Amino acid sequence: MSDVRVIDACNTFCPGPLMELIAGMKQAEVGDVIELLSSDAGSAADVPEWINKVGHEMVSSEQVDGVWHIKVRKMK
Amino acid sequence: MRILIVGGGMGGTILGNNLARRLKSELANGKARITMLSASDRHMYQPGLLYVAVGQMMPDQLYRDQRSLLEPEIDFHVDPVEEFDLDNNRVKTKSGKTHEYDVLAIATGSRIVPEAIPGLAEHAEYFYTEESAVKMYNRLREFQGGKVVVAVGVPHKCPMAPLEITFMLHDYFKHRGMSDKVQVHYTYPIGRTHGLEPVAKWATPEFDRLGITYETLFNMKEVDGADKVLHSEEGSAINYDLLITVPAHKGMEVIEKNGLGQSGWIPTDRHRLTMEGHDNVFVLGDTTNLPISKAGSTAHFEAEAIAENIAAMAKIGTPVRDYDGKVFCFIEAGRDRATYAMFNYQNPPDPKPPTKAVHWFKMAYNQLYWASARGLL
Ligand SMILES: Cc1cc2nc3c(=O)[nH]c(=O)nc-3n(C[C@H](O)[C@H](O)[C@H](O)COP(=O)(O)OP(=O)(O)OC[C@H]3O[C@@H](n4cnc5c(N)ncnc54)[C@H](O)[C@@H]3O)c2cc1C
Repeated sequence: MSDVRVIDACNTFCPGPLMELIAGMKQAEVGDVIELLSSDAGSAADVPEWINKVGHEMVSSEQVDGVWHIKVRKMK
Repeated sequence: MRILIVGGGMGGTILGNNLARRLKSELANGKARITMLSASDRHMYQPGLLYVAVGQMMPDQLYRDQRSLLEPEIDFHVDPVEEFDLDNNRVKTKSGKTHEYDVLAIATGSRIVPEAIPGLAEHAEYFYTEESAVKMYNRLREFQGGKVVVAVGVPHKCPMAPLEITFMLHDYFKHRGMSDKVQVHYTYPIGRTHGLEPVAKWATPEFDRLGITYETLFNMKEVDGADKVLHSEEGSAINYDLLITVPAHKGMEVIEKNGLGQSGWIPTDRHRLTMEGHDNVFVLGDTTNLPISKAGSTAHFEAEAIAENIAAMAKIGTPVRDYDGKVFCFIEAGRDRATYAMFNYQNPPDPKPPTKAVHWFKMAYNQLYWASARGLL
């Protein structure tokens, strides 16, 4: 299994966590897992929405000390 | 202290000049030396390309001789780096020379990769190079009407450019009396019209008011040039008559080839601006992997923080300042109105409604930039 790559987008406003994830997914290989760290509450909703639309897999999503940890597997 | 700056664009130039001022006496008595290596003897004011694309500026207005922008103490060479040997504190250049350093700053910028999307380079117009901006203007001149689609790749430098070019295209066609023949359609990768929520909040009603249509959660997958259809990763398709794009970017090839960072983005500490694992290597501008705007103002504020730190290292042996994530971006909202966004790691932006005054300030900044690059502003 490949390593989980972490993208720390906490406390950054532009381009924003989802945009960072989209850029990160482009660099990743199919099967790779990316963990997005975000302090923006909106990420808990807009990341799953995008993933469902494109067809990637949501591995997990949890909030720890005010930071969302969202793990996504690239499926295609 | 031997200081080597690789890259003579916005970040490298502001850093070099700022450092030369701070280290005046050290440079005079030989205790410090600043060398700059770049790939070009000319310095381009890249934001001007936006105006070239709609016929409001000429390409020759965007250039200055790089040497003329630099403090005389800076030892400047047009000799791009080909090999970085960070373990031995040296680089090798195209001409075969080796430069050793005590402190290195990397500011090699970024480049567009339209070829990453099948069909995009052949069938879309863009404005991120002089040649493409002039070509785009010629296409606009010839355009007789139809659907103009704006599509945005990720990541890209200048996060305001997608909105700006859309408003400017709307005004360009209006000015030519073609509003009734042209439909401008904007697309954006995430679920609102801009990455910054407050910016999206004013841009969306502005689109509605101007009759600009839009589609969000749209990431380009491929362009079918024969049928003039743009397909998205999300499964939708848009017919176009003229396709305008802000293509996705990568860092420079030399960065990736030397194993400094995937896709040319160098892993960088968000406060110290040092390369991960290398305390004597600073990174600034587009080539960092930081999740912040790839913009000239980012490069500018990073350069100021790094200059203060390198100067302190030369004087007291240790850096003194953290970068706070500061970014300032003008946002052109058409031919004659603009606003701006300012933010850092702690404070989100709060853009005000566009005004003519801010537009004229941006026009003035297009000239003031040269004073800023010299470190006078
Ligand atoms: C159309 C457009 C509109 C923009 N609008 C805005 C705006 O309104 N506001 C804003 O803030 N920003 C804007 N930007 C972005 C801004 O221009 C960049 O973010 C900024 O120039 C980045 O600075 P930099 O120093 O990282 O890179 P650059 O300024 O691109 O400089 C890179 C330098 O590295 C040199 N180089 C490359 N390879 C090598 C090598 N191997 N060895 C040595 N040197 C090398 C190059 O010759 C160049 O001098 C815009 C950009 C474009 C294209």
